[in-house]
Amino acid sequence: MVIQQFIALKTLLRVEISRFLRVWPQSLMPPVITILLYFLVFGHFIGARLSISSNLSYMQFIVPGLVMMAVVMSAYNNAAFSFFVARFQRSIEEIIISPMNTHMLLLGFSLASIVRGILTGLIVTTVAFFFYPHLPSHRCLLIMATILAALLFSLLGFLNGMFAKKFDDVSIIPTFLLTPLIYLGGVFYSLNELSPIWKTVSYINPMTYLVALFRYGFIDVHEVNIRSGVMVLVTLNVLLYFCCYRLLKKGVGIKT
Amino acid sequence: MTLALEINDLKKTYANGFEALKGIHFSVEHGDFFALLGPNGAGKSTTIGIISTLIKKTSGNVNIYGHDIERFPVKAKSLLGVVPQEMNMSVFNKVFDIVYNQAGYYGVERKLAKQRTEKLLKALGLWEKRDVTLRQISGGMKRRLMIARALVHQPKFLILDEPTAGVDIELRRSMWEFLQEINQRGTTIILTTHYLEEAEQLCNKIAIIDHGQIIKNTDKKTLLSELNQQTIILDVKEPCTVLPELFPYTARLIDTTSIEVDILDTQDINSLFSLLSQQNIQVMSLRNKSNRLEELFIRLIGKK
Repeated sequence: MVIQQFIALKTLLRVEISRFLRVWPQSLMPPVITILLYFLVFGHFIGARLSISSNLSYMQFIVPGLVMMAVVMSAYNNAAFSFFVARFQRSIEEIIISPMNTHMLLLGFSLASIVRGILTGLIVTTVAFFFYPHLPSHRCLLIMATILAALLFSLLGFLNGMFAKKFDDVSIIPTFLLTPLIYLGGVFYSLNELSPIWKTVSYINPMTYLVALFRYGFIDVHEVNIRSGVMVLVTLNVLLYFCCYRLLKKGVGIKT
Repeated sequence: MTLALEINDLKKTYANGFEALKGIHFSVEHGDFFALLGPNGAGKSTTIGIISTLIKKTSGNVNIYGHDIERFPVKAKSLLGVVPQEMNMSVFNKVFDIVYNQAGYYGVERKLAKQRTEKLLKALGLWEKRDVTLRQISGGMKRRLMIARALVHQPKFLILDEPTAGVDIELRRSMWEFLQEINQRGTTIILTTHYLEEAEQLCNKIAIIDHGQIIKNTDKKTLLSELNQQTIILDVKEPCTVLPELFPYTARLIDTTSIEVDILDTQDINSLFSLLSQQNIQVMSLRNKSNRLEELFIRLIGKK
């Protein structure tokens, strides 16, 4: 029974990964182009006139947040669109009628989205290397933060895909919620420059911890307590996973 | 006697308040070719949807080979193959991949999945199209592809929800042969169809559902024996302007060369022909107005 479930998970992963690789110019390249423009405009053209501290250029400062943005948006879009399209085309029924259990279904979509997030992150990091040729300071922590961030956003995307009724619904949450949260999470500025009130407000934003973890991983800059950051992310991932699991088990969006 | 399917007091009320199933009971024995018939909106697809776990039941229970679909879903689903009424495949996927991936979802190991996919695609005449996407094949091919997909994990129990809807006669006949063959090899089949000829040809047991209730559930022979009258149409050589005297038969003149005659199961056809000969009426051909099951079906659902 366990082997049967493992084969089912492997199949779903293969199907999902080959799907986004088949359309790689649409799935992997847009975030790279966007981030490249950020590097050029904010990092190179405007950033050349700014500096965060005496030993840190603005370009160095924004690279980690931009890589994180690429990872989370890719993971989110993959899960949201893939699950919504499967519902829309009714191909999700192929999985529902099969003996694949709910955990495997959720893991299949999430892991594929994590893979897409990591691939996008790797490409963006490679591009960043041309602007800022330094290897990340804490690579293990960075890998862990990438996986946690990608998982968190793939679960959010999955949730969006579960409730969406039309294609427009899939882009509402990224536009009105995620982008503002990411921009206000300290990608382009340091939390230390904020007034105490805004600094406190920033700590409520989960993106702040993500940006801070990536920044620590890349350039060894401490803005929040790293252990707290990891704890916040793990907790959010666990809560969101069980929320998605319960809703799927109830048949939300997939059964009438 | 092994029961492939057992449904007890199954009810379904949709969110809009529509009561699709009002507590149905029926069972299907292992090896049966079972027809579930009914007019549109009678509850056939809801029943199939609940068995295949695509629709949530309101109450009641469904067992597949003794396994409750809610308590033991993995075991129950492993035994089941489903051919849905409407297409539910990704239009971007290739024919081969659709069948092969489905095998994977059922936990069939890669090498075996490839062998079975090849065998099924060949058996259903789809092998030449294995590398094209779903968008590039005809409606009839899509129907056959859904059958191949449903069989790739070798289910003991197959559900066919209007499998031949919209396919031409030749293809329909070849699909019938294929389905009869797999039934004879031991696969239990439930079929819903609007082609009553199909049910009469293929099935040994028939249930009729109407307004969410099973109104008939018996074997085909018993059901057809309830039909105490059939209507035949005679095409005659010389045109008739008035209806010939055919007492005790009830007859109607459809046009100058066609006469419709009702024959009770207590009456024989020889006497009818004697009456026609006596009046020098030469019959060129004879046919049934509709098939027997169709007549019975219309009578049972009260539309006649």
